[in-house]
Amino acid sequence: MPEAVQRELTFAQAVREALAEEMRRDSRVCIFGEDVAEAGTPFKVLSGLVEEFGTERVIDTPISEAGFTGLGVGAAMTGLRPVVDIMFGDFITLTMDQMVNQAAKVHYMSGGKWKVPMVMRTTLGATRRSAAQHSQSLHAWFSHVPGLKVVLPSTPYDAKGLLKTAIRDENPVVFFEDKMMYKLKGPVPAEDYTIPFGVADVKRAGDDITLVATSSMVQVALGAATLLDEVGISAEVIDPRTTWPLDEKTLIESAKKTSRVIVVDEGYGRYGVTAEIASVIAEGAFYDLDAPVKRMGAMHVPIPFSPVLEDVTVPTEHTVFEAARALCRRS
Amino acid sequence: MTMAAQSPETVARTAAEQWIRMYRKMVSIRLFEEQVNELYTRALMPGLAHLYIGEEAVAVGICEALRSDDYITSTHRGHGHCLAKGAAPDRMFAELLGKEAGYCRGKGGSMHIADPDTGNLGANAIVAGSVGIATGAALSAKRLKTNQVAVCFFGEGALGQGVLYEVMNIAQLWKLPVIYVCENNLYNEYTHYSETTAGDIPARAAAFGVQTASVDGQDVRAVHGIATRLVQNARNGGGPAFLLCNTYRYHGHHVGDINREYYRSKEEEQRWKTERDPLKLLSAWLIDQKLADAALLDRIQSEVRKEMEAAVKFAVEAHYPGVEEVEQDVYA
Repeated sequence: MPEAVQRELTFAQAVREALAEEMRRDSRVCIFGEDVAEAGTPFKVLSGLVEEFGTERVIDTPISEAGFTGLGVGAAMTGLRPVVDIMFGDFITLTMDQMVNQAAKVHYMSGGKWKVPMVMRTTLGATRRSAAQHSQSLHAWFSHVPGLKVVLPSTPYDAKGLLKTAIRDENPVVFFEDKMMYKLKGPVPAEDYTIPFGVADVKRAGDDITLVATSSMVQVALGAATLLDEVGISAEVIDPRTTWPLDEKTLIESAKKTSRVIVVDEGYGRYGVTAEIASVIAEGAFYDLDAPVKRMGAMHVPIPFSPVLEDVTVPTEHTVFEAARALCRRS
Repeated sequence: MTMAAQSPETVARTAAEQWIRMYRKMVSIRLFEEQVNELYTRALMPGLAHLYIGEEAVAVGICEALRSDDYITSTHRGHGHCLAKGAAPDRMFAELLGKEAGYCRGKGGSMHIADPDTGNLGANAIVAGSVGIATGAALSAKRLKTNQVAVCFFGEGALGQGVLYEVMNIAQLWKLPVIYVCENNLYNEYTHYSETTAGDIPARAAAFGVQTASVDGQDVRAVHGIATRLVQNARNGGGPAFLLCNTYRYHGHHVGDINREYYRSKEEEQRWKTERDPLKLLSAWLIDQKLADAALLDRIQSEVRKEMEAAVKFAVEAHYPGVEEVEQDVYA
């Protein structure tokens, strides 16, 4: 392994490095959103960018999510490559017309003539004690819409490579970052690299059960896999990395190999990402499955504030471990 | 650039040609829309049709003040804007009929005509749906120093949408070259605007410090005059403007809106058609000023009529897209 791969960055640093490299590479790339410039966002993910690229390219906006997302669509159609920053994933509600009726449809409705090469960066994830309007994981909504691509990085390495791919893509891409993961460290090469969309990553190989996990739930699944090892169950952890395009083949192959599957995602279970992936696996690997595909997501409640309540709303290492053990009938 | 001095005769001739060109454009829109009405009532056109008849002076007066590479965004009632910006009637009709030869290969239809070649970022069927796009295009123009201007057409119904105020605020803060053109045709679908719109309309934009103006939208000369000034100002870095054009929609909200007396009287409609018709106003002025005679204007009418008939024929005979196209162009 070359020396550079050993270098470690936090998830936030990896995101920032991807943005900085792409802004150096392509003068059309610009960032706008609330408190993105001198403040570098409340999570400090963008610290230092305005100093290098100036306020012409790192632009603070009013608190007008619909307005500046709409500007992003129009700017992308006419020669810029905007990266629009939506501070909390909960605020995507305010951008829905711009994303769903405008960004996602412009290319198709114009018979392929206009393009919208735009990225929306936003967050997901609970357990930050931020209550019901700053804690949701709403990535399933955009995954439902033709014309959008949806990216869910789970490591610093993936964050850098996937964000660079997103910025170079000719389509509107929504990039969800788990805000609890910003301080997670991992190896990130200093050089330029991209990760293609629609290619799942086997985060851990195993034989007895497949844990399909996204974003914040990848670390949870890896933790559960370690616990499962101790009771003699070998778990494979697969991260689709993009919900659309979705690497159905890798998911189905793993399900066929292990014959048991749990899908873990921090969005709501009902009508959500876990439902879609479980359905893909059930259709593709039905005759090789030894148990129904199990789904684990956020409880169907608004995220509560009180820590004792909030903590039970999302899957944990322990709940995933218990579910996996039960599915393998080894209690 | 130095301008060669022009004789008064040359200036007058150029002006006359300009007004006659605008007359022809307005006639084109009028006759295009009459054909649409005909296609629709003969059940040749699928979906909905929102006719622009009565409002022609707004689109023409403004688009004649634009460069071909300037941007526009349009609305569900957008045929007039697209034609005024340079779209060809045959490909417009083809789009309305869902044909492959249409501007969007039949995938957009009447409410979504878009054409990069004429700077048309697209007609939009969400009320105020394109205000962000137009403002974003103005941001690109400023950042990339292209000197382009973006014109955002919308009806007075869009005054009810909050996103309009979000983007006007940003446009003024960033001094973007965008003109917000509010076409007040008096009716939000089937409801008089006075029932939905509090206060003074231009004052809403003026509150952001945006330059505002109001104009008789039936008078193409007035529209063109003010548009030229606002576009020039925006191009020179003077920032955005809001132009209120007072106009009238002769037909219903859409072609199927026939019985309208529950929301407006036939007398009101008649009054606008006889007293405030943009084509009549311009033709009377051209004749009065001896810039044209009735024979010339009649000839224009009949030429345009023939052009529209040929365009309809083209569209009716054109092919539908192959079914395999349904999954094409979802992603670039």
